[in-house]
Amino acid sequence: METNLCVAGFGGQGIMTLGKFLADTVCHRTEKNVTFFPSYGAEQRGGTANCYVVISDGKIGAPLGEVMDELIIMNEPSLKKFLKTLKSGGTLFLNNSLINCEVEREDITLIEIPATQMALEIGNIKVLNIVMLGVYIGYTGILSEEAVWKTIEENLSRKASLLPLNKKAYEAGLAYGRERRGK
Amino acid sequence: MTRIFMKGCEAIAEAAVRAGCRFFAGYPITPQNEIPEYFARRMPEVGGVFIQGESEIASVNMVYGAASSGTRAMTSSSSCGISLKSEGISYAASARIPMVYCNVQRGGPGVGAIQPAQQDYFQATKAGGNGGFRMMVFAPSTVQEAIDLTYGAFDYADRDRNPVLILADGVIGTMMEPVSLPEMKPESEIEAIKQSKLKWACVGHELDYPNRSWIEPGHWNTADMQKANEEALKVYEAWEVNDVKVEEYMIDDAEVVLSAYGISGRIAAAAVDKLRAAGIKAGLIRPITVSPFPYSSYDKIDYKKCKGILSIEMSIPAQFAEDVKSAVKERCLVSTCLCSGGNIMSEQAVIDGVKKIMEGRV
Repeated sequence: METNLCVAGFGGQGIMTLGKFLADTVCHRTEKNVTFFPSYGAEQRGGTANCYVVISDGKIGAPLGEVMDELIIMNEPSLKKFLKTLKSGGTLFLNNSLINCEVEREDITLIEIPATQMALEIGNIKVLNIVMLGVYIGYTGILSEEAVWKTIEENLSRKASLLPLNKKAYEAGLAYGRERRGK
Repeated sequence: MTRIFMKGCEAIAEAAVRAGCRFFAGYPITPQNEIPEYFARRMPEVGGVFIQGESEIASVNMVYGAASSGTRAMTSSSSCGISLKSEGISYAASARIPMVYCNVQRGGPGVGAIQPAQQDYFQATKAGGNGGFRMMVFAPSTVQEAIDLTYGAFDYADRDRNPVLILADGVIGTMMEPVSLPEMKPESEIEAIKQSKLKWACVGHELDYPNRSWIEPGHWNTADMQKANEEALKVYEAWEVNDVKVEEYMIDDAEVVLSAYGISGRIAAAAVDKLRAAGIKAGLIRPITVSPFPYSSYDKIDYKKCKGILSIEMSIPAQFAEDVKSAVKERCLVSTCLCSGGNIMSEQAVIDGVKKIMEGRV
């Protein structure tokens, strides 16, 4: 079993952190193999930032495949760039607070999340990525909810005052994801 | 073993520190900036020296100086930066100074593309600078392998008194993977290594050690220059016998053999598993040392069964394929699967290339 995930959005939306928290959890709290590959380049300023996470029971070949099982998309330019890479039957997690255009694919599962809106309601737009991470974990169950929280907690240990806000964001995301999976 | 999650560039730097590297000089260039960044933070913790030189040429010559004194020393850069460093590398090879350097390759000649590629194969394996010297060149395909090869590279450099190159690429350098780290060499061992080099190292002007203040990157006397080149040749020839590292994967019954190094090597390995699952008897020869090249691995292929070799690399034109062809010696078809310019090798392109060979469409 191998999962290829691409996370994409604007620079500053916490794209790399989201991917790293996932990959870090796999490394430290499971026996699986994992790769995290950040994409950088001339598009870095003001354009799209994206990273690839591959989680596998076996050895991992390319740390970025051509075909994605899942996409987490945080802005419109990223949707345009990456939608075609999603496999038929794959899942698209879409931040629809910032994306108003039509998703022109009917062969995929679309999970729309008003993530920016949710982050603002929780109290800080910076927790947008944690909301999305929560939705992804709540929906897919690919990693244990507690394990991912431990990773967040450890990484924020030097900014402990931010933990309650992040906990709130993570739990809101989890609840949203679990509910969508139930449907 | 405890797993930790590390980026390739940082892992290479940490492996060097653990191997006893106590001097690093470099100059920024993407996609290897995390190597100097890591050393800048780490060297003060272990009593080592980090210097950001004013240029690539300055920094490689700082490493030349540090290594001349017997200190384990390293530099790193990417493609066009490596070209600038080649003067210092050639001087080190001529003066027989052990140093380790890493090329995190980007795509194309000139400034090229900043994204990952394998465009520097000939430069790395055939002519790392002027003068026809050779080096051991290690090509990791995972972050763990990058650690293990870097850790070992300093021993080879010291043994041979020659530069050693870690030939990585932008994927290996920037990706993160779970790894376990080798032990930190104790200070006593690092000091003993340094002491063992006193018979040639340049550590002062004491008259009772005639060689200790003199390092020569060349000879004015033709007989001396020829002798130095002949002595270096003996070192290079010994590698072919003793130091070849290669991964041979399922080649015994192979009807088609893939061959690739570094990042392309791991993508080819994944393709072999998929091809086997689909009933195609594929195998893989993945050189871990691309110099010395594992020519004899290609003698293990059963050429009665093998329909062809697919040589895979992220370089256009093909470079690695030339060594594969030399090893195969026209015993069967060698075709290539190539990409370039910062594009990552596609597993599907590899599989398609194999199918073409199997169907006789090459």
